[in-house]
Amino acid sequence: MFQFIVRRLLQLIPVLLGVTILVFSLMHLSPGNPAHIIAGESAPKDTVEQIEERLGLNDPILVQYGNFLKDVVTLDFGNSWRTSLPVSEELWPKFWVTFELSVYSTIFSIFLGLIAGIISAVRQYSVADVSIMLVALFGLSMPNFWLGLMLMQWFSINLGWLPATGWGSAEQIVLPVITLGTMGAAVIARMTRSSMLDVVTQDYIRTARAKGLSERLVIYKHALKNALIPVVTVVGLQFGSLLAGAVLTESVFAINGMGKLIVDRILARDFPTVQAAVLVIAVIFVLVNLLVDISYKFLNKRIDLD
Amino acid sequence: MAQKELLKVNHLKQYFPIKGGFFGRTVNHVKAVDDVSFEIYEGETLSVVGESGCGKSTTGRAILRLDDPTEGTIEFDGEDLLSLSKREMRNRRKDIQVIFQDPYASLNPRQTVAKILTEAMEIQNVVPKNKRRERAIELLETVGLNAEQIDRYPHEFSGGQRQRVGIARALAVEPKLIVCDEAVSALDVSVQAQVLNLLKKLQREFNLTFLFIAHDLGVVRHISDRVAVMYLGKVVEIADKKSLFENPQHPYTKALLSAIPTPDPENKKERIVLKGDVPSPIDPPTGCRFHTRCPFATDLCKQDIPELRNLDHMEEGHRAACHHIEKIVSGDMKPNY
Amino acid sequence: MSEEIILDIKDLRTSFFTEDVEVKAVDGVSFKLPKGKTIGIVGESGSGKSITALSILRLLEHPGKIVGGEINFKDKDLTKASDREIRDIRGNEISMIFQEPMTSLNPVYTVGQQIRETLKVHQGLGKEQGTKKGVELLELVGIPSPKKRITQYPHELSGGMRQRVMIAMALACNPELLIADEPTTALDVTIQAQILEIINDLQDRFDMSVIMITHDMGVVAETCDYVAVMYGGKVVEYADVKTIFKEPKHPYTVGLLNSIPRHDVDVDELEPIRGNVPSPNDMPKGCRFAPRCPFATDLCYEELPSLDKVSDDNQVRCWIYSERWDGDPEVKVNGPERTS
Repeated sequence: MFQFIVRRLLQLIPVLLGVTILVFSLMHLSPGNPAHIIAGESAPKDTVEQIEERLGLNDPILVQYGNFLKDVVTLDFGNSWRTSLPVSEELWPKFWVTFELSVYSTIFSIFLGLIAGIISAVRQYSVADVSIMLVALFGLSMPNFWLGLMLMQWFSINLGWLPATGWGSAEQIVLPVITLGTMGAAVIARMTRSSMLDVVTQDYIRTARAKGLSERLVIYKHALKNALIPVVTVVGLQFGSLLAGAVLTESVFAINGMGKLIVDRILARDFPTVQAAVLVIAVIFVLVNLLVDISYKFLNKRIDLD
Repeated sequence: MAQKELLKVNHLKQYFPIKGGFFGRTVNHVKAVDDVSFEIYEGETLSVVGESGCGKSTTGRAILRLDDPTEGTIEFDGEDLLSLSKREMRNRRKDIQVIFQDPYASLNPRQTVAKILTEAMEIQNVVPKNKRRERAIELLETVGLNAEQIDRYPHEFSGGQRQRVGIARALAVEPKLIVCDEAVSALDVSVQAQVLNLLKKLQREFNLTFLFIAHDLGVVRHISDRVAVMYLGKVVEIADKKSLFENPQHPYTKALLSAIPTPDPENKKERIVLKGDVPSPIDPPTGCRFHTRCPFATDLCKQDIPELRNLDHMEEGHRAACHHIEKIVSGDMKPNY
Repeated sequence: MSEEIILDIKDLRTSFFTEDVEVKAVDGVSFKLPKGKTIGIVGESGSGKSITALSILRLLEHPGKIVGGEINFKDKDLTKASDREIRDIRGNEISMIFQEPMTSLNPVYTVGQQIRETLKVHQGLGKEQGTKKGVELLELVGIPSPKKRITQYPHELSGGMRQRVMIAMALACNPELLIADEPTTALDVTIQAQILEIINDLQDRFDMSVIMITHDMGVVAETCDYVAVMYGGKVVEYADVKTIFKEPKHPYTVGLLNSIPRHDVDVDELEPIRGNVPSPNDMPKGCRFAPRCPFATDLCYEELPSLDKVSDDNQVRCWIYSERWDGDPEVKVNGPERTS
């Protein structure tokens, strides 16, 4: 087990290297000179050149990438080109906001998705099943910024129950979490349903019934644990798309998180901040999937991680 | 009758690597077939029997060159199949055909029987194009199906009929040798008997040679001329059918035969019940591979690998790989259950 | 001598309902099982033998349903028992083992967890007592080092070992009836011998009754006292095991026996039954076997014969033995004349 984790952490290195190359080249290929943006539209030519010199934008591209890599390795991402504050100082508070939003939304997705999926599977073709699957299809096909706007319209503006913007208090959390978590809940519900339906036809479920177990034990003890195995994979992948979805959700609810930060700084060509933020997201994504793989081991005893 | 050797397998080994560790290197091997030799004479049926994991199907796959063996030679009509290039082997496939266990899985569900049969002829180019359909109808009738069934799809047939289609496909290219890999195992008894009779009939009519891979010893006794018994990748006994069934020499063969339930309630025989399971072919026992379950095993069996040998009291061609045949026959050694 | 009857099945009918079509998988099966005896239910695929077994414990899966008949187990009709009552019987008074040992145990729980569960549900045993009893049970079915095995997961055991675990689990509450649905079909012959020996041995020890579902006449000959031969959802012949093999009366039974390639006798040519096993949703109208029967007459195609006593030992569902037989009056249904 330990060996497995070490190996997986080592495998992180090439993955992250790839991510740095991708982020770096995307930023540098996109049009617009950062120095121009920093100096302002009407700045004189030498000011722009000075800024370019200071930021190292005149260095050969490989040297620039080398410098960026050095920053990554030393975990010091330098100062923002936009605010001149250290990137880490700017990033962390915003990261925590986004992280909280993602975690709460994931918990919401898992909770709602599992319950809905199980009910659907146990009562296959019943009214409950058909309605749940319809709602899930709806949840899956609805863009989350639109869902966010609709929720805001009903609950904040029409009914006045919940605040429309911000992050922090319990009331503020509800709408963004539903907005961000609905698609995941729909995916998990559908996955749980099909996985459960597959599992309940297995021979060992018949064995469990033949032993005289109650239907409750058969479903929740024998079927569910097996059915969860593919669901866990989906949860891991879902977490990744959640981080991406956070960008839109944060914009809709005016939450000052990492999503908003990234959007703002891309527009400002603030390379150090954007690169650091994307790297952090990549690391989180890979770590979450490592967690998923480890939880496999506990769910499925046949998997030999080493 | 001096017969011509059609196929000769010499010291065949098939090790499958097990990957593992940090860089996916080979950490061990599954010794699926480990130094197996036998020959098949033209027009006869040689059965290879044994329990799961004994290597009988792997041997069949090696002969068909579906896998590339680790070591050894397979001579067909005097030519080593393993030294042939892929292209040369493709031409050779005309002579060696196969019938698989699962008639459901081995026929393309989207092709009609006509297509399945003419395609086989096309690949080997054995029949001129305008005669192929005619020939396909002829083949169907040979295997006991109707000409009207030629434009049907596999799912429209029952299991037994589908296996007949599989046989017709094998016959389409006029092969010399047919490898039957558990060809009747999936069939109901009443239908299995039909297919067995058909195989026998075809063998007589077309002078076919069969390598019959099976686990059911009743079926094997019915179809074979000679029988090879395998255990954990090795042939432990090989003999004429009659000699093997009526005078088995190897303790494993004896146990195997005695383990089969006889459909005769008034003739309940003494049964040798072997202890334990078949060991893993990844790390097989040293010496005689059967020694961990053998009631006669001694220290010698743990150390030395016994050779196949023929002794005076055995019929010609009957060979068994056991250190203690003489002592067991004379009664000097008693089983230790 | 009157024997105590532990199970009395009367006219059991089980159907599967798909898109307005009723497929009669079991169509009027009756038999009695005396205490401590073994009855074999033999047949080929689609004969309804496994569905009969599943019906007894009401383990049928949707869309299967018992549509008629009685299953009397010690004065209680299981077809009318409540869900609660049937759960109390399952794994306790009647146990069942299945064909596929590889997939019949839950892969995510240890052997111990799965055995303890049965003991907890029916006897209220806690973890410690359950483990102790579990080790005893594993020992009983001949599993070496049971203390280690009980902590292992199913994938760590071979097929034969898993089937032993299934048997141990089935025996946990000393059932009076064991239903074994093709218990050795998926196993190698030397392992099959071990498993059959264990079942026979435990049956003697605990005076258990057994229903052995199988397609293998060899297994029947070695384990059963009575035999019901099924074809097309119906019992076509019922007799004690010696009679079935010595004086089979139904042309299907005879055909089945003649089809078996024997490992102990040489036979030049097998005598197979012509045609194919009928599909349950396309059953012939009269005698189910008529299209494959060498003796069939118009009567056989038109009307279904009843299962009647033709001698002290046999009950047969065949027109040949009735007064209405319109075929060759001298017809002789020959059993296999083989000696070993």
